[in-house]
Amino acid sequence: MDGAPAKVRFREPQIEMAHGAGGKASRRLVEGLFVPLLYDPAGPAADRLGDAARLLIDGADLALTTDCFVVTPLRFPGGSIGELAVNGTVNDLAVSGATPVAIVTSFLLEAGLLTQELEAEVRAMGEAARRAGVAIVGGDTKVVEHGKTDRMYITTTGVGRRMPGVALSAASVRPGDKVLVSGPVGDHGITILLARGELDLEAELRSDTRSVLPLVQAIARVAAPAIRWMRDPTRGGVATSLNELALECGWSVHLDEEAVPVRNEVRGACELLGLDPLHIANEGQFLAVIAPDHAEAALTALRDAPGGAEAALIGEIHEQPAAAVLATTRYGGSRIVDMLVGDPLPRIC
Amino acid sequence: MCLAIPGKIVELVADPPLGVVEVTGVRRRVDLGLLQDDPPQVGDWVLIHVGFAMSRISEREAEDQMRTLRILGEDQAAMDEVRGYQS
Amino acid sequence: MKFVDEFRDPEVIGRTADEIRRLAHPGRHYRLMEVCGGHTHAIYRFGLKDVLPSNIELIHGPGCPVCVLPMGRIDDGLALAQRPDVIFTAFGDMMRVPGAHGSPLEHKARGLDVRIVYSPSDAIKLARTNPGRHVVFFAIGFETTAPSTALTLLRARAEGLKNFSVFCNHVTIIPAIRAILDSPDMRLDGFIGPGHVSTVIGCRPYEWIARDERKPIVVSGFEPLDLLQSIVMLLRQLEAGRAEVENQYTRVVPWEGNRAALRAMAEVFSLRPYFEWRGLGFISQSALRIRDEFAQWDAERVFSVAGVRVTDPKAAQCGEVLKGVLKPVQCKLFGRECTPEHPVGALMVSSEGSCAAYYNYEHRKANAPMPSLAAPV
Repeated sequence: MDGAPAKVRFREPQIEMAHGAGGKASRRLVEGLFVPLLYDPAGPAADRLGDAARLLIDGADLALTTDCFVVTPLRFPGGSIGELAVNGTVNDLAVSGATPVAIVTSFLLEAGLLTQELEAEVRAMGEAARRAGVAIVGGDTKVVEHGKTDRMYITTTGVGRRMPGVALSAASVRPGDKVLVSGPVGDHGITILLARGELDLEAELRSDTRSVLPLVQAIARVAAPAIRWMRDPTRGGVATSLNELALECGWSVHLDEEAVPVRNEVRGACELLGLDPLHIANEGQFLAVIAPDHAEAALTALRDAPGGAEAALIGEIHEQPAAAVLATTRYGGSRIVDMLVGDPLPRIC
Repeated sequence: MCLAIPGKIVELVADPPLGVVEVTGVRRRVDLGLLQDDPPQVGDWVLIHVGFAMSRISEREAEDQMRTLRILGEDQAAMDEVRGYQS
Repeated sequence: MKFVDEFRDPEVIGRTADEIRRLAHPGRHYRLMEVCGGHTHAIYRFGLKDVLPSNIELIHGPGCPVCVLPMGRIDDGLALAQRPDVIFTAFGDMMRVPGAHGSPLEHKARGLDVRIVYSPSDAIKLARTNPGRHVVFFAIGFETTAPSTALTLLRARAEGLKNFSVFCNHVTIIPAIRAILDSPDMRLDGFIGPGHVSTVIGCRPYEWIARDERKPIVVSGFEPLDLLQSIVMLLRQLEAGRAEVENQYTRVVPWEGNRAALRAMAEVFSLRPYFEWRGLGFISQSALRIRDEFAQWDAERVFSVAGVRVTDPKAAQCGEVLKGVLKPVQCKLFGRECTPEHPVGALMVSSEGSCAAYYNYEHRKANAPMPSLAAPV
């Protein structure tokens, strides 16, 4: 590294829950502490703050990413922590424009965890990896005393090969570009909320956890050079990802709220609890910004691909209001859609 | 205050007076204790706030209201037309 | 969604907005107050100001039960959470409200047993399933929510539950409206009345506003068409020189209110002689207290509560914003020291507080520059 590291701008005296929630506080921690101390603009990784780092090593154009998975309950309708751990990293690579090649994983386990629970998750990871076409090539395990962790945390780190013809950057986004989503939003977060059993709500809902690689490849086949930016809206939801985009590119994301696909059950749960589907986590969807002349073709390719039938055109890039996301209605009303501070909380008022 | 959502009673439980209410596919047990002067039946719509039914929803009033609103613009359009003839 | 989607029909909204523009006199400036925080939230969330003509000004009233709760009450409640035998339960709305030593959520992060409940029924259920712990339910809300707490206390008594109590912060809406009308800075033409409170208290309690203060009040629902129709009804009254109580929300609000709910409230609660409202000061007969017959389920009597009084920082202008005297953006702390991330007052935390609603949904529409996320505070 050349020269001294940049100054730390993160002033908060201690770490709070909000710093891990994926919204504004997380961003402050990353931008204010990690980036100044760790990021070297002259280093091998050219892009920063995207879902994956880009590495050019002896002519190989690679993407590298890591993620830590913490979820309660461990098993829920539609999946489990093991599946999330594999699909999450596969998806981060896919939306960075890379084909996943290999994953390593580390387990932080609580003493007293039943072997059958661990086995179930490892089995789930194996199946998810096979479905996604990625190899799990190594890992590590640590066990801590009972009470020092919550049963099981899994970290996965993945490496992939850049897809030819796909060059993603927020800087390439222009007014007039279209925003697509691969399917209905909010399924995962609401499923988890209901699975915790604290709110006494029942619905036929499943987590949407899956690899989005085939859908990304479907778009890349018809519109590779026209894809400007992609992201998988996990914690913090579509609202957070689109705000990140708006902040990075400086333009405005205009969202047609009525066009965002939301399942009835997700909508019902959100109305009852006073939640906004745009802030709810997804584990099997992605957002893509496509140049206008290829947007239709990209949407058709998504809808024709298995699992993409509910893909939709949900927005457009504009100039104003700058660096913000604006949701509009057909009667001319609009509202800013902001990132949340921490996790969305049910309300009664 | 106050977030209250319409839901349809799909099942009744006797004591304490509870109902299972459905809101587009989501079900929750709701306390019907505040509506015991005129207990609702399966199929009735109620307004739910903090897990309690606050009021019955009158389908007729809702329809009347929508009808009033829908003719709002039409009345005006008719008036404008008449004025157009008179000017 | 039935009874929701119809009232969001864009075409009918457009025509109702046209009617409003037709009714509003170009030379006149209308100041209408929506009392209820839920209406404030709906106005911003549906972008309704965008469809109103510029001479109709919507002023946000004090009907936000989280916003008007003085910080000391939260500290008193959280002091109970410190006890290892206590499970502290509250609605999600309360979780980020700052107390002197942190919010309920921050207390939870430190390891205290603080849990979000959607209903007082969930809190009492926790008491039944955790016989070795004491469940405290931190009750907030106007008359919409008080009957549910009342029924829950009746059930606790019927079951002889020994490990459940309520920390009661219920307040009543009429004294708040009186305080607004008594305020010398306030000039209002009419009121959009609180629709869900009215399902309980009915429309009669507002008659003095029309009769004595000569201001029209229309009890309104919460969907875009409800609010717009209520504005049409107010404009028509003002045009005709009438001042009456009208019910726009007839599909849900009975004129006489909900007698069973009022009975339950009367059985369980009495009025406190006075109660401190954040920003409005002490108001007499404005809050509910749990009757002596239910003392063993009254957290303030089961535990000795310090009765902490905490004053807001001098620079915070929560009171004036609550009364509608100041717009959120006119408070010196708005958007700088006070944001949803580090709120100074509850108006910035509560989803229906006018400051939070304005900050989250509106103020960047005017393209004001966003303060840098990593900038020191």
